[in-house]
Amino acid sequence: MRQGEIIKVSGPLVIARGMTGSKMFDVVRVSKERLVGEIIGLNEDEASIQVYEDTSGIGPGEPVYFTDQPLFVELGPGLIESIFDGIQRPLDIIRDKTGDNITRGVEVPALGRDIKWEFKPLVKKGDAVEPGDIIGEVKETSLVVHKIMVPPGMKGKVKNIKSGKFLVTDAVCELETEDGNIKLTMMQRWPVRVPRPYKTRLAPELILSTGQRVIDTFFPIAKGGTACCPGPFGSGKTVIQHQLAKWADAEIIVYIGCGERGNEMTDVLLEFPELKDPASGESLMKRTVLIANTSNMPVAAREASVYTGITIAEYFRDMGYSVAVMADSTSRWAEAMREISGRLEEMPGEEGYPAYLGARVSSFYERAGRVKTLGRPEREGALSVIGAVSPPGGDLSDPVVQATLRVVKVFWSLEDKLAYQRHFPAISWLNSYSLYTDDLAEDLNKKAEKDFTELSKEAMRLLEQEAELQEIVRLIGVDALSPEDRLVLEGARSIREDFLHQNAFHEIDTYASLKKQYKMLMLCMYNYNKARQALKNGVPFDEIVKMEIRDKIARLKYLPESELQKFDELRDEVEQTFEKLIEKAGKIKQEVSR
Amino acid sequence: MIKEYSSIKNVSGPLLLVEGVSGAKYEELVEIYTGSGEKKRGRILEVNQDKALVQIFEGSTGIDVQNCRVRFLGKTLHIGVSTEMLGRVFDGLGRPKDEGPEIIPEAMRDVNGAPINPTARNYPDEFIQTGISSIDGINTLVRGQKLPIFSGSGLPHNRVAAQIVRQAKVLGKEEKFAVVFGAMGITFEEANYFIQDFTRSGALERVVLFLNLADDPAIERISTPRVAFTVAEYLAFEKHLHILVILSDMTNYAEALREISAARKEIPGRRGYPGYLYTDLASIYERSGRIKGKNGSITLIPILTMPEDDKTHPIPDLTGYITEGQIILSRGLYRKKVSPPVDVQQSLSRLKDKGIGKGKTREDHADLFNQLIACYARGKEAAELAVILGEAALSDRDKIYLKFAQVFEERYISQGEFEDRTIEQTLDLGWELLRMVPRTEMKRVRDEYLKRYYDQAPVDN
Repeated sequence: MRQGEIIKVSGPLVIARGMTGSKMFDVVRVSKERLVGEIIGLNEDEASIQVYEDTSGIGPGEPVYFTDQPLFVELGPGLIESIFDGIQRPLDIIRDKTGDNITRGVEVPALGRDIKWEFKPLVKKGDAVEPGDIIGEVKETSLVVHKIMVPPGMKGKVKNIKSGKFLVTDAVCELETEDGNIKLTMMQRWPVRVPRPYKTRLAPELILSTGQRVIDTFFPIAKGGTACCPGPFGSGKTVIQHQLAKWADAEIIVYIGCGERGNEMTDVLLEFPELKDPASGESLMKRTVLIANTSNMPVAAREASVYTGITIAEYFRDMGYSVAVMADSTSRWAEAMREISGRLEEMPGEEGYPAYLGARVSSFYERAGRVKTLGRPEREGALSVIGAVSPPGGDLSDPVVQATLRVVKVFWSLEDKLAYQRHFPAISWLNSYSLYTDDLAEDLNKKAEKDFTELSKEAMRLLEQEAELQEIVRLIGVDALSPEDRLVLEGARSIREDFLHQNAFHEIDTYASLKKQYKMLMLCMYNYNKARQALKNGVPFDEIVKMEIRDKIARLKYLPESELQKFDELRDEVEQTFEKLIEKAGKIKQEVSR
Repeated sequence: MIKEYSSIKNVSGPLLLVEGVSGAKYEELVEIYTGSGEKKRGRILEVNQDKALVQIFEGSTGIDVQNCRVRFLGKTLHIGVSTEMLGRVFDGLGRPKDEGPEIIPEAMRDVNGAPINPTARNYPDEFIQTGISSIDGINTLVRGQKLPIFSGSGLPHNRVAAQIVRQAKVLGKEEKFAVVFGAMGITFEEANYFIQDFTRSGALERVVLFLNLADDPAIERISTPRVAFTVAEYLAFEKHLHILVILSDMTNYAEALREISAARKEIPGRRGYPGYLYTDLASIYERSGRIKGKNGSITLIPILTMPEDDKTHPIPDLTGYITEGQIILSRGLYRKKVSPPVDVQQSLSRLKDKGIGKGKTREDHADLFNQLIACYARGKEAAELAVILGEAALSDRDKIYLKFAQVFEERYISQGEFEDRTIEQTLDLGWELLRMVPRTEMKRVRDEYLKRYYDQAPVDN
């Protein structure tokens, strides 16, 4: 085996000489402990290597072994329900091997080599197949049928295809190609830094519903879209990411815990198997892949983890699934880049981040999208990416936030001010935006109710009015406002408290279907419009504010999805109550005029 | 093989460059013998061909280029750990500082530890009753959590920490616990306050103290939290004790780290702190937690003083991103004589949701604290308005909230330094205060709890 020699060690960066013949982004094995590293710079015969494991105890003179392969992931049955580290080593298997703490130099294949999967062929002997064609399938979990595809760049005629139980490394199909016969297994490999190919990109027009009211109603994300949620600590980034991973109507979820807390991954690991997918009633874990590179795990592997995650997601997209990737947090990924860049003594850009930060961030998000995939049968897949960003001090001028905002289409601005008032999700309705709103209008109106988008625009106008009025209130007090304006404040407050506020830890409130969202908002607005009408008809403002029906509206969020007809009942009740009020006011008026 | 060199090329600040070295390893431990025979210790920060950059733990006083000898020990920094360490006082590198004998190690451990495999972690969900309402009721601490205290100079963070140590218990269980205290750059008086308090409450024999005081070498501080955690891990995960680690003050630690970074001429991040400050802090904080199948646990309370009370300063900021919440002490409240001056709005315990509720505290806990905070926030808003417009201009409802916020601060947040409230007392007090506000405003509470707790005062029997 060819090898080089270490000349310098500085944290996760190792420089070795005698590396002629190696390529950029090749994986190498560092020292006798065979630590995994990746070449990130070449200078004559010297290579700069970022090492994905702790380098203490390593010194000059030790060998570096070539592998002549880039960093790749293994793709095949066994991905779902797994938890991998940043370079796709299964953490549960590592635990069995080395105990509760992660030691280094562990070599474990990503996909279990001892599990037999039931392979069902879908092509016959003699069929001509192309890249991306589905040759068979494996029922991986009760929720996911794993399609076995012809790897990109390979085509030919099926010479032989098997059926039955096989290991991922067993040949299930033999292809006759121009370069001779090739055996296909259920597993393929793909370099993480290269996007997987597809046929064409499609425009986003379907909503990725999340069950979170502020998101779906006001700032929706499309299937195949990109979103980011920057916010200071304590503003609930992780809770939002978890909520989306739980309730987004994607068929596959890839959750990347990048440089975040260990306990958060444990939370996911313990909670997801217990939670039920609202659509199928199955455990959420049965559609989830976890990548965990917590903050105390080696920093370079953090850099790789987002690529590992998105490559796995692309693979499922290619099967024709709608996939959602949550990356929490992309700031840690950028910081890992900064650390390596600093050790390489590169000229820094803003705040010490490398000059290529923006390019890396945008090329990562650009791997999202709704596509027509390669191969037959024809199918569409979607890959949505939702990245959390943790700007220092919540300052949005942070280079990572700015680089992210340049590419993503949805911005959920998390504000600590809202979090302090315990308004969760703490997504600001004034600063956030979604550029998909118009593209998704048709789909939303179809799935919820035909005037859904109209209603949400109307509600948003009310919230904006409130913000303007608040300025005045702050200066001269609420009493100085006209009753109409005070009613605006009341109406907006009802939207904020009764609609936008959503308790992620309440068993019912944690998820609201589009239909329920519509009905809730409709009732808030209906109540407000009726109140305005009543005010016009001479009902005093104080009477309206005192109405007990408001209390009932406030409790609607805890109404189960199965009892949505109650909304209509309550709507009638609102109507009647107001009619009575107006009638009473009318009588008083008459009496006065008499 | 142990090798010795006298080829020191230069000394700058706490760093030493040795040339002509062969076989040196990254992170290797070195011993430095000065001309006068004094022994110092250090570790390798970088090796480049035959040059090794060494960080000296004790500072570079007395080191010269001619007479010093550097010995490479061929191993990374390990310390001996033992249950005998309970009740003893050590310096920042783990050497005995009291009158007692040397520790006979039961095991040797690498001070850097190894990251806990996320699949091996057990989720922290056991409620710890601290007896402080603003913590138990609003920002509940659970076993295995890392919950820092963000304070400012002159605020009573030490008293809060001492009160937690004194009163903390897990309900219904009598289990062995111990405290590992890592002091970094705090004054003798502050350290002495803790020692006195531990002595008074009889806890001292269950405490391991690592003292790096303000006049001790600053660079030594970089090792102090790691040494403390090495001992804590041993006691928790091998000796099955429940450990509370207190680190004070992390600001001094980060400054020592910055000193090293500056001496190495690294590209600084915000405010001159190195770009890897987050990773470095995480490698300390993340060592706390619980492990499946192990009885012990490590709960961490790091204390840090925010420069200029600025929460966005890199040290509190990055700490907040790693820890599971924060207890923020407020100068405004302290001036109002509210003590402990916990700013319940800005404070947060991320793990509380799993640690409260039926079977842990009480079924109504979650709804109750949400409602309390909502009412308090509304009251604070009203207070702001009152400052501008005068109290008379407030609406009747706002006046109620204003009053609520005042009483909440006086009775709920404020409590005596030795007042140990049970969780029931804390919760009932919450309901008692909520009754000041009309029932229709209780939007965050389920009907059944309103009936059970709001409508009827608990019957004293």
